[in-house]
Amino acid sequence: MFTGPFDASIILAIFPEISIVVLGGLILILDLILADEHKESLGWVTAGGLSLILLASLAVARPGLEPRLIWGGMVRQDWLSFIFKMVFLFGAAITALFSTGYERLEKRGEFYLLMLASTIGMSFMASAADLIMLFLAIETTSIPLYVLAGFIIRDDKSTEAGFKYLLFGAMTSSVMLYGFSLLYGFAGTTNIYELATRIMAGNLPGAALTGSLLLVLVGFGFKISAVPLHFWAPDVYEGAPTPVAGFLSTASKAAGFAVLVRVLLVAFPAITQQWGAIAAALSVATMTLGNLLALTQSNIKRMLAYSSIAHAGYALIGVVAVSTGVVSVTELGVTSVVFYLIAYVITNLAAFGVVAAFGRVTGSDEIAAYAGLSRRAPGLSLVMLVAFLSLAGMPPLGGFVAKVFVFAAAVDAGLVWLAVVGVLNSIIGLYYYLTVLKVVYLYRSEEDDKPVPLKGSYALALGILAVGILLVGTFFAPWFDWATTAAAAMF
Amino acid sequence: MQFPILSVIVFTPIMAGMLILLIPEQRKTEVRMAALAAATFAMLLSIWVYFSYDVAAGGYQFVEKYTWLPSLGISYHVGVDGINTPLVLLTGVVMFTGVLISWGLDDRPREFFAFLFILATGVFGVFVALDLFMLFFFYEIAVFPMYLLISIWGWKVTREYAAMKLTLYLFIGSVVALVGALAMYFTSGMGTFDMLALEGAGFSPEFQRFWFPFVFLGFAVLGGIFPFHNWSPDGHVAAPTAVSMFHAGVLMKLGAFAALRVGVMLLPEGAKAHMWWIILLALVNVVYGAFIASVQTDFKYVIGFSSVSHMGLVMMGFATLSSNGLLGSGVQMFSHGIMTALFFAVVGIVYDQAHTREIPKLGGFIKVAPVATFAFIVGGLVSMGMPGFSGFIAEFPIFMGVWRTYPWIAIVAVISIVITASYIIRVVGKVFFGQLPDEFQGHVHDATPLDKVALVLLSTILIVVGVFPSVMVPLVQSGVDNILRLMGGA
Repeated sequence: MFTGPFDASIILAIFPEISIVVLGGLILILDLILADEHKESLGWVTAGGLSLILLASLAVARPGLEPRLIWGGMVRQDWLSFIFKMVFLFGAAITALFSTGYERLEKRGEFYLLMLASTIGMSFMASAADLIMLFLAIETTSIPLYVLAGFIIRDDKSTEAGFKYLLFGAMTSSVMLYGFSLLYGFAGTTNIYELATRIMAGNLPGAALTGSLLLVLVGFGFKISAVPLHFWAPDVYEGAPTPVAGFLSTASKAAGFAVLVRVLLVAFPAITQQWGAIAAALSVATMTLGNLLALTQSNIKRMLAYSSIAHAGYALIGVVAVSTGVVSVTELGVTSVVFYLIAYVITNLAAFGVVAAFGRVTGSDEIAAYAGLSRRAPGLSLVMLVAFLSLAGMPPLGGFVAKVFVFAAAVDAGLVWLAVVGVLNSIIGLYYYLTVLKVVYLYRSEEDDKPVPLKGSYALALGILAVGILLVGTFFAPWFDWATTAAAAMF
Repeated sequence: MQFPILSVIVFTPIMAGMLILLIPEQRKTEVRMAALAAATFAMLLSIWVYFSYDVAAGGYQFVEKYTWLPSLGISYHVGVDGINTPLVLLTGVVMFTGVLISWGLDDRPREFFAFLFILATGVFGVFVALDLFMLFFFYEIAVFPMYLLISIWGWKVTREYAAMKLTLYLFIGSVVALVGALAMYFTSGMGTFDMLALEGAGFSPEFQRFWFPFVFLGFAVLGGIFPFHNWSPDGHVAAPTAVSMFHAGVLMKLGAFAALRVGVMLLPEGAKAHMWWIILLALVNVVYGAFIASVQTDFKYVIGFSSVSHMGLVMMGFATLSSNGLLGSGVQMFSHGIMTALFFAVVGIVYDQAHTREIPKLGGFIKVAPVATFAFIVGGLVSMGMPGFSGFIAEFPIFMGVWRTYPWIAIVAVISIVITASYIIRVVGKVFFGQLPDEFQGHVHDATPLDKVALVLLSTILIVVGVFPSVMVPLVQSGVDNILRLMGGA
């Protein structure tokens, strides 16, 4: 499908993906030659490698301001995909650090390899410009994640999580694929950017288009765990190894949003009002249900699962603002979504990191077990405080500005009611985050004098994340401008 | 470039808080010394700002402006005028005395001072903010440490309940106001959060009338306005002494101040349209708060409800939208802040000795703690609005302003002075005079020297402002003139 002379710069455009493949090969070789007792260092290699790729991509693989379709129209090189790729690389590197200290994982080489494969899938999700490429990317992301969720094979809950994730994932994927095929049938092209013009020209009935949109949304909704496709999340997060749960709730969800924003904005301009209304309904249902169900949880991973569902709802507010059609508002909407996801990924990784650090020492994920943690591990408690308050949307942490921007986008779009719903929801959120912090800081336990030792990899990762949360929350101008560049690349 | 004194004041506490967290946990004395050093530094700077503010020149002084997020028009913009200069001083003083009073705190003082100082940074930040986004940013910073301070170090019986209630109330208020602020930002079409620019945005009267109640009440929740005052007595009572001082002394001013700065000053037409019912709410605060205070048997609840009553006077002064009323409110915010900090300090000292706050069980404290008694009486006289004390300087103009707008409301409100006098005299008589109960003989001791320093400092300020009103009134008047200019010159 190549047209015109071969342009070497398109190799540079997929530099991150190529490097991840190389890193994966390296891991595979090291896994074969390293003795079992040294396998833990594979995590450091993965994390280090991913960080190097991140820095190198920032240095050499930045896209130009003018977006372009490359590799035969399969992939779009623009700032939106680039920023998301950086977020995925960051998330994967941090997850690798968390997994290093997580003793319950066996067969480490395969673990990291699968994680890298999934990261490649996410990268292509963010840049895919063609329905076929998109589907392949989504599957490349998901299949390794199914395995990772069930990676602790001796643990019933983990295997159950993996299997459940697989079944629901496969089902929603197939519905989505059906939607894709309908779109192809209507438009006669699989390229997302051509779809819109063909559809406009073809004068298709809105109902048919809305129908196929709904089918497609089933798949996307599953990835971002939007209500009513959220039900897998608590079970899977609870059973999956904690670092994997963190990865699922951050990078994987961000990838879902990258796809959602691009496809809605690019392929469906003909029915903007309809998808705006659908997104608004999804947003309200997702944040409200997520927050309400989080209130009653006694297991911290389940609580974080519901909280991450609620956060998908907040981010959807920004997506709704995108649907207004006024360019400046749309741009602020996309910007707010991207910014929200950056802040959310950093914050939620920290939250899951704390849970992993605590769980691997004490073996418990019950909220009640956190009693007296502030006496047992003041540093860990402080990171937890930072992460949870950022999730609750308190300054000077990332979550605050992120929420303000999303609500601002809603108000700008004339959706004051949606901002109010979001605001009320964030109060419910504050309540359950504070409840956990109360247990950590206020309650005493019989084990007050037993410290919770922190492994080096955890200390490093949590330190980076805590600083990151503060940076996003205080010096937000560079991040915001980044997000704006990404948004501008959509048009 | 001039020395960025306001920024230094704002960031001193939080920097000190972070440094304190780095001190090893067992070294409690070093923690306290570091806290005291930072608090002293911040207080001295705030005194310096207070006395070097040029009243004749007026307007915003010590202004600093840095871009923060240019693409949305967010900037870090600070400056003080006649209204907030006294409030910065108030915060400095309360922070300093709060550290002195908490010297004996033994459970994790490191975290305590760190959280208290984060709170202080938030408070300073709101008082000096000239950017709407920045105001919210610091406002929320001031709210959340409260939760931890109350729930961890508070009174065991009610702390969990009170802390959660307080946090949720304040958070609801602030986020409602936030939506209003965003509406202002986008409606103005100016693409800036700068409040000085937004003052000239020329919002339509319909817009102002619609949004004013949300913005004003959203902030006034923290000012304790009826019917959203409910969190405050519970919060005051559950909090440890220094936090009660901060809470009643400074945080409630934060709410009132933000309601004035964002609500009244940015939406003046809305204010004019809605003030008739806000003055009624404030009247309920004033009279009902005083009545409830007079029937409490818990010493701390008496003071807690007296705060509700006095904050009602602040709101009432706002609601007159007149020169007298606003002047009185401006002075009242300062005077009540110092006074209530003094009250809570004394309550804390008494409770630490007697381990009860039930008024009928107490008595005769003048014999063991003369300085605390003297200080409480000074506070009581201020509270009653006795001439010669700062309370008179504050309340007299408020009543004058109310009299001119709604005479009958002034008549009803004046009743509160009588009730206030009755409960203050009752408390003074029961707790400090009379017979020291037998079970306290030999067990209760005088306040520590550090406590005495704090009490004397606070009492002195109340008397100085009362005897020499010229140290504060012209300053506040210059700020009030600016507000009146926005109101259309009245």
